[in-house]
Amino acid sequence: MTATMIDRDIERDAEGFLQNPEQWTEELGDEIAADLGITLTEKHWQVIRFMRERFLDSGSAPSIRTLGKESGVPIKELYQLFPKGPAKLAAKIGGIPKPHGCI
Amino acid sequence: MSRIVILGAGTAGTIMANRLSRSFAREIEADTTTITIVDSDPAHLYQPGLLFIPFGEYSPAQLQRPRRREVSRNVRYINAEIERVEPGTNRVEVAGRPPLEYDLLIIATGTRLAPEETEGLTGPGWRRNMFDFYTLEGAMALREALAKWNGGRLVIDIVDMPIKCPVAPLEFAFLADAYFTKRGIRDKVDITYVTPLDGAFTKATASKELTHLLTEKHISLVTEFSAGSVDGESGTLTSWDERQIPFDLLVSIPLHLGAEFVSRTPELGNDAGFVRTDPKTLQSKVAQNIFAIGDATDLPASKAGSVAHFEAEILEENVKRYLAAKTLAPDFDGHANCFIETGFDKALLIDFNYDVEPLPGRFPIPHAGPMRLLKESRLNHLGKLAFRWVYWNVLLPGYDIPGVGARMSMHGKVPIGANK
Repeated sequence: MTATMIDRDIERDAEGFLQNPEQWTEELGDEIAADLGITLTEKHWQVIRFMRERFLDSGSAPSIRTLGKESGVPIKELYQLFPKGPAKLAAKIGGIPKPHGCI
Repeated sequence: MSRIVILGAGTAGTIMANRLSRSFAREIEADTTTITIVDSDPAHLYQPGLLFIPFGEYSPAQLQRPRRREVSRNVRYINAEIERVEPGTNRVEVAGRPPLEYDLLIIATGTRLAPEETEGLTGPGWRRNMFDFYTLEGAMALREALAKWNGGRLVIDIVDMPIKCPVAPLEFAFLADAYFTKRGIRDKVDITYVTPLDGAFTKATASKELTHLLTEKHISLVTEFSAGSVDGESGTLTSWDERQIPFDLLVSIPLHLGAEFVSRTPELGNDAGFVRTDPKTLQSKVAQNIFAIGDATDLPASKAGSVAHFEAEILEENVKRYLAAKTLAPDFDGHANCFIETGFDKALLIDFNYDVEPLPGRFPIPHAGPMRLLKESRLNHLGKLAFRWVYWNVLLPGYDIPGVGARMSMHGKVPIGANK
């Protein structure tokens, strides 16, 4: 976690997911992405914004399949933008809780 | 008058119907409470038995019984397709009959498999060199193929999480190793286990033990592989990030989704059609008089019969409280308990919940056992076989298993870092 995030009192879980989506700002998204070694492009933002809006509207994060069908970015490209785990990484950068279902 | 409607007469729905028919026996007799259960498929399948079918054990008849017969006679049984839940008017639309009105609704419709969601999986080669074993038809087709197979590359692939019984694919790999060894062709079979997770299992301590078993049995492990497409003709499995794994025989665990009707009611389910459920009370997030249980929920717990069994005890209490206008008991802790077949007549046993991962130790009686946790033993295997009797005679009728409570117990467990 960067010093600025500590200064701003941003609550994150053990894996770095924000606990309160309302604490999120686009600048914070940039910071989290940088921590993950990702430089955000307009395509990344398209996915992150879709992800956040869907979460705030419906109360649950969209799955990778929904992202592929409805975000405007096909799944293969999502894996290029967010290597290994697009849904998980876009959630983390977009400041929403970790999508669960992995037990 | 209280009208309780249960959707789905599988493991969770049947247990709930039977428990509630006992706790409301007097009210049912007096006609002040009714319990109705709905399912469109007349056969109740003992799902843990599917794992053994491909290796020549069990006949389909041994694993199925009529659903209706497993449900108490004090419950009204309706054989019909569920079309839609309407939280606003407290009605459920079912095909070909008037809507059912409820005061309290329990959704227990489990999961459905969606192999068609993976490009190519149901194309050329489906059930010829590409199989599933989570359906009776798939498991029977695989049984025939395995019996005729003389070796090559066997790939076991989990398309995505969550899946039912998350340890079953690993068990399949272990049993395949034993099966080919017994047939004397193990040296001609290459077994690869492919998972989207970053390890053999999600929980760290169990993952370590299971990875060790995979290595010991010469089963290769490929992690963080999300299958994007399959080509049955060339025998190639391709991930979204364009890695490829060749196979001669693919055993796929297809994508799991919730029942179709869930997605027709706004905000009832998540993206995959699993009911958005409070993890502690089992109340749905869409309406206070709708509850969910078993595989149908979106809880971060295993989709397994043992979980449904433990949830049932808590849900029974919360149904009584809801109908009596009392505060719900936030009691469910995510307790799961699973046998893991490891081949050659041995099995592991794991016991865990939302917060505590599977730990080594003895079960269910501290120090004495007789079962051992997270260690292979023959007794655990016998426990797994005996479970079929327990399922039909104790679990489905909705009785508690002596010594095994709904809440997980730490007794007899060895926490990480503690001296053994």
